[in-house]
Amino acid sequence: MRFRSRRVVVAFTAVASALAIAAAGCSSAASHDSAATASGSSAPGKDSKAVGFIFVGPKDDYGYNQAAYQGSQEIKKAFPDLQVITAENVPEDDNAARVMEGMIQKGAKIIFATSYGHLDAALKVAAAHPDVVVVQQGNVIADGKVTANTGTYFGTVYEPVYLAGIAAGKATKSNKLGYVYAFPIPQTIANIDAFELGAKSVNPDAKTYTVNTSNWCDPAKQAQATQSLLSQGVDVISQHQDCTGTVIKATEAGGAFTVGYHADASSLAPKGWLTGSEWAWGPLYTDIVKTALGGTFTGSKYNANYRVGYKNGENPFVQSKFGPSVTQETKDAITKAKTDISAADGSPFKGPITDQEGKVRIPAGTVPDYATLDTIDYFVDGVVGELPKS
Amino acid sequence: MSSLVVDVLAGAVGGGTAIMYAGLGETISERAGVINLGTEGSMLGGALAAYAATATSGSPWVGVLAGMGAGAALAGVHAVLVVARKANQFASGLTVMFFALGLTSLFGAAYVGRQIHALNPWKVPGLSAIPWVGPILFDHDPLTYISFAVAPMVWWLLYKSRVGLLIRTAGEHSEVLLVHGYSTNTVRYVSVIAGGGLCGLGGAQLSIAYSNAWFENMTVGRGFIAVALVIFATWNPLRVMAGSYLFGAALALSPALQARGYGINQFALDAIPFVVTILVLAVLGKRTLLAAPDELRRVFETRAA
Repeated sequence: MRFRSRRVVVAFTAVASALAIAAAGCSSAASHDSAATASGSSAPGKDSKAVGFIFVGPKDDYGYNQAAYQGSQEIKKAFPDLQVITAENVPEDDNAARVMEGMIQKGAKIIFATSYGHLDAALKVAAAHPDVVVVQQGNVIADGKVTANTGTYFGTVYEPVYLAGIAAGKATKSNKLGYVYAFPIPQTIANIDAFELGAKSVNPDAKTYTVNTSNWCDPAKQAQATQSLLSQGVDVISQHQDCTGTVIKATEAGGAFTVGYHADASSLAPKGWLTGSEWAWGPLYTDIVKTALGGTFTGSKYNANYRVGYKNGENPFVQSKFGPSVTQETKDAITKAKTDISAADGSPFKGPITDQEGKVRIPAGTVPDYATLDTIDYFVDGVVGELPKS
Repeated sequence: MSSLVVDVLAGAVGGGTAIMYAGLGETISERAGVINLGTEGSMLGGALAAYAATATSGSPWVGVLAGMGAGAALAGVHAVLVVARKANQFASGLTVMFFALGLTSLFGAAYVGRQIHALNPWKVPGLSAIPWVGPILFDHDPLTYISFAVAPMVWWLLYKSRVGLLIRTAGEHSEVLLVHGYSTNTVRYVSVIAGGGLCGLGGAQLSIAYSNAWFENMTVGRGFIAVALVIFATWNPLRVMAGSYLFGAALALSPALQARGYGINQFALDAIPFVVTILVLAVLGKRTLLAAPDELRRVFETRAA
């Protein structure tokens, strides 16, 4: 899930993508034997011989795409007879529809479009093929537009980020935490807010200083952002970027603590690694495939804008392992907080929640649902930095 | 307040270095009469080659050489097209840039996330302890220190050496070279390729020193900033040096202010480098064109080859 807006703005990236698609196409030009088409069954996805996955980036990015790719490979284990077709570097435009059409021709009746901007193409393909299940990762289909063979799914990413915030709040000595982010989209805002709320829950003086880079991956800007945070006394740094290595390595070199995102990067910060949040898509992907193969996709929980978190199932976003400096007391605090926010009346955003101006956004006692937090657009009290307004 | 100023100025030097190398390379090329819009591509090629060679060999200095080689090789493609084949310089440069972008995205995927033995910052003993000056100038990576010498060397090369005279003559009055028995084409080949090598060095500073990472399209337009910078600096290497620090400071200002909680619109701050360029072009106006090498000016006009 991200806005790959740079792919639109920086038009020439398309060239790179085109090259890469050509390569991906070659490597996935597998069996045509399954092209024996539509059986009589009417339920979308039923008895599919193959599953298709499209990714916006390379499968080795140590981030979002790698996690999605690994999830796709777990389907092979669960369903050895199923062919898993993957395509990397698929742009978020009509090319995506063409790639998905190709997969359908190879016998895929279940397709995962894994990037935020793949939604339009996914819906187009779904409309043309009522017998194919097309699910999209992270975006939202507008009210009333969910058809019998479509759906979106995602994890409530801010929940483990809240838990990591607790580790940060316990570890800081300067009470200054840093957050390097790319764009002020709701998912990022929810993460930064949850991080601060987690830290504040154990350390009322903890403040989170934010720096945005206006880019999902500009390592030089990340280096500068990290340097600026360190030079003003921040001693724990987290981030929401596509490429995460630069910030982590610079934080470690500066003697500060790291809270990771997307993937386990503890090897980059042997001393300063606290914890982090990372993706584990396998179980969710497997269950979606199982539902579709059985012919019961339509009307199931996946035939909607499905959001899964600690409250209603297995969150595909999990907490990373702890670093060496995290004390047992901190670990216990995190375990307790996880139980609290998993309860029906629990949430990192349980009211009262006030924003930076001191205005109450969520009244005392109110527990916002997942859909509400999907559109959050303010920083909570304790976050330092202005949200860029257009 | 003092920490803010030091932060911005130190960022100006460390973050401006890659732009400086690329700007110096472009200066040599344009002084010889060839504009190279493939600068961005040479930087990207340099960034990937340096990273990949460092990862493979274990030595960042092998990476530096590989980065320079890749930048030079990509510039060599441009040189063949425009010097030997007399192709349109703008079209050729942009094509080389697209080519490098695709090539580095394709072959770079394997190196995303690889760990390397990078050229880390090294505090100069003694000098780095000086208040203000120390953290601003003497707490950087080795390629930044080398750049302190490279800019004056390029100035000396262009204005004080025989080679520089040949380069500038190729850019001003190529027929004079012919009269004295020199080959304009040879001078231009060498200038464009050497310039590409410097661009590659700038890319290497980004990947194996400053940010210690490789990612597709990681230069994000810095090569184009370098091309603008050369005009801004009126083809003078020392002004390229000063100008790159000005751009570096503009890039460093946004994170430095944000990290201190100043409520300033970040997107407006991000536009500062380009606003500065527009202002300079507006103020200098025609003077920028007058300072341009004669042969380069002809590139801007349509003429039969």
